Amino acid sequence: MNFEFKVLGGDFVRAGNASSQVKKILKQLNVDASIIKRIVVALYEGEVNIVAHAYSGVIKVNIDTERILLMLDDSGPGIPDIGLAMQPGFSTASPIVREMGFGAGMGLPNIKDNSDEFSISSEVGKGTHLEILVNLKVT
Amino acid sequence: MKLEELVGHVGGNVICCKEGLNKEVEYAFASDLMSDVLTLKNENLVLITGLANIQAVRTAEMSDLSAIIFVRNKRVSEDMIRLAQENGIVLIEYPGTMFRLSGMLYNLGVKPVY
Ligand SMILES: Nc1ncnc2c1ncn2[C@@H]1O[C@H](COP(=O)(O)OP(=O)(O)O)[C@@H](O)[C@H]1O
Ligand SMILES: [Mg+2]
Repeated sequence: MNFEFKVLGGDFVRAGNASSQVKKILKQLNVDASIIKRIVVALYEGEVNIVAHAYSGVIKVNIDTERILLMLDDSGPGIPDIGLAMQPGFSTASPIVREMGFGAGMGLPNIKDNSDEFSISSEVGKGTHLEILVNLKVT
Repeated sequence: MKLEELVGHVGGNVICCKEGLNKEVEYAFASDLMSDVLTLKNENLVLITGLANIQAVRTAEMSDLSAIIFVRNKRVSEDMIRLAQENGIVLIEYPGTMFRLSGMLYNLGVKPVY
């Protein structure tokens, strides 16, 4: 199964819509609740990052019986130092983002923590690409 | 303790989703930082926050939280209620501070996450 969602930078009202849709799909597929939580928490942090830090993005979701793969691609400023961005507490979030309850610098580390496989790449001035893989079977 | 019993003890105004008041509460977490909330793994957790916006409700949706108690007289908006109804999340307004409410819940035996 494949799904695709568009995300608009700065749109905090709709931030989380894609994650919410994915949660509904996974519930219908009877995926274990604790696994759903890991998936949607990771996706939601990624979605919020596009809204908070980039101009626009696309989330692609691929689900089979074994695993879910989430691919987040954005057009945006990119991340100059990924090692630094991955450190808990590092954040360049604007005051507006902080007012929305984000900007604690916990997003990327938490995405990694909730993933079975995680990769991030970025090009300054172009955008950022995240891949999040989670196994759907309880082990 | 049931959420209903908890509200009976501390007061506060249940804004929506009264059908969720029969849910069990074991833990509470007080924060205005949603990314901190999103790191929690506990079940039966209620969020105490002064952040009254749609992202607080989104966070509760993603984290499977049963209830949010908004402190410091923060008001819940229509779009927050709509999203809470979709997901059966109880929203409560509480007129006191985060510290006061946290103390009361602690005394009632609601557990901290760590
Ligand atoms: N999609 C993105 N585009 C550009 N920069 C990003 C993106 N995602 C994360 N970053 C950078 O990495 C930092 C850390 O991200 P994160 O851990 O999610 O914390 P936060 O979003 O709270 O700042 C951000 O402050 C930002 O500088
Ligand atoms: Mg973030």
